[in-house]
Amino acid sequence: MRILVLSKSVPDLVEELALDEDNGELLHDDMTYVPSEWDDHALEEALLLKEEVGAEVTVLAVDTGDVDNMLFTALAKGADHAVKLTGDFDLATSNRKRAQAIANYLRDNTFDLVLSGVQAIDDIDGQIPAIVAGLLEWPHASVVTEVSIQGEQIHFRQEYGGGLQAEFSAQAPLVLGIQAARKPPRYASIAKVRQMMKSSTVDEIDASADTVPELEIRRFFKPVAAGHAEMIEGDPEEVADRIITILKERKLVRG
Amino acid sequence: MGSILVVTEILGGNISDTSRELLSKARELSQALSGEVVAVGFGSQAAQALAHIDADRAIAVTGQAVEQYLPLVYERSLLQALEQESPQLTMVANTTMGLDLGAGVAAGRGVPLVAYCNALTVDGDEIVAQSQVFAGKLLAEVVLPREEAVVTILPGSFPASMVEGHPTITAMEAASVPGMALIQILAPEKSDVDITRADILVSVGRGIQDPENLTLADELAEAIGGVVSCSRPVVDAGWLPKARQVGKSGQTVKPKLYLALGISGAPEHLQGMKDADLIIAANTDESASIMDVAHYGTTVDILDLMPALTERLRGE
Repeated sequence: MRILVLSKSVPDLVEELALDEDNGELLHDDMTYVPSEWDDHALEEALLLKEEVGAEVTVLAVDTGDVDNMLFTALAKGADHAVKLTGDFDLATSNRKRAQAIANYLRDNTFDLVLSGVQAIDDIDGQIPAIVAGLLEWPHASVVTEVSIQGEQIHFRQEYGGGLQAEFSAQAPLVLGIQAARKPPRYASIAKVRQMMKSSTVDEIDASADTVPELEIRRFFKPVAAGHAEMIEGDPEEVADRIITILKERKLVRG
Repeated sequence: MGSILVVTEILGGNISDTSRELLSKARELSQALSGEVVAVGFGSQAAQALAHIDADRAIAVTGQAVEQYLPLVYERSLLQALEQESPQLTMVANTTMGLDLGAGVAAGRGVPLVAYCNALTVDGDEIVAQSQVFAGKLLAEVVLPREEAVVTILPGSFPASMVEGHPTITAMEAASVPGMALIQILAPEKSDVDITRADILVSVGRGIQDPENLTLADELAEAIGGVVSCSRPVVDAGWLPKARQVGKSGQTVKPKLYLALGISGAPEHLQGMKDADLIIAANTDESASIMDVAHYGTTVDILDLMPALTERLRGE
């Protein structure tokens, strides 16, 4: 069983997003990028499968300029190989173009299962796993929470609204968009990541840059909220007093 | 001009509320563009479910393989319908099915997709879509190509269509594709606590930081006479069971009081709780999306706030 895990980095939402409000452009170089959290879950699910059935796990990222640390971290967590697709890519490269490069790579390299985060916070033009599958005409499913290998078949669970789930079986090759791994993503220490940087390598593969359907993005802008909470100021004790008063006024608590 | 194709979801013989939302917007766009609205539905109940919707035509995809949702067969069948119709716009809801089909058919058709769409307008003969990205912190305005595009629409973006229509219904045989099979449908896991019935929810998010801090939420819930619920990251971390999750893939709740503690308010979460009578949110980031739906907010640390509230409620 050969598993490919697709990973990408996204702006860190802990920080303010860098937006040129005059012309509505994102300032990619002014933002800190972190691995997309759903991709971390996809890697975790792949590593669990490796432990269970001895799968070989390759982690892949499109070279948008800042992906080495992410790939070495995946190696430190237990991935067997790391691949970087190089070419005409940067932080602003669309998902469609990234997906096309990944699909081209998958046409030349054999994998049974492709796992990726079900979505990322910047998926304006669609989610990478489903686009990759659509381009390759491979079966795929999104919002997956549990994967297992049963003989020649890959079993997986898909989630719907209201806590409803379904279990499916499928033949390889298959692409799955992971919502959550069965266990919280594991942690790799900085020391171990550093050690990986010295002892292992990232395979660089030149990816052909096809012309893909691109969206014409007019502008990015901040939403004007219909309303905003009335902020309660003060220290925790003062805030607690005020909240209790509000709850009493509404008869939500006794008093 | 081209037609607008709406992919509907049919639950228990009726089309879903979200599908009706898509239909109302599709009708508005079709009037501006002088095109038709074509609905697609799956399964033996589709013809009946689509019989009175506000569409000009409807395609009922039938066959044993589409009686239950099966991603591969639904996608190939939808591609068959798109091949026949070549619509200017295909609208899919941003549900699990929509996440499967939207990006899959856009890639299959070689046309662009706009995800997380929450507004669509006509500008001249072009359609302009608005996409909600970065967990609701930014919107992107995108011009769709005149030829063909796919959009996945966030539930709750448009009013549901209540207009009765009489579409011409045609049947289409489902695509025959082996390779994926449904094993079983799993009902939501049973729980001793039903968060949808609670009047007061003490809801915790990523800001709880450590499972040990859940004790503070338990104590607060007990003191206030409520129940502890949570956002998705807390379930994914394995700290609370799935039955406690509020949001798109969890439960939709409408309590008298929703205390949102350390919850940033991703669109998927807001979808499940925004109609609560009173929402009080504590989050260190005043610009977090949760503050846009909350009535009251505070930026104090929830680890300090929870015990302070508990103490007062206990009359200590």
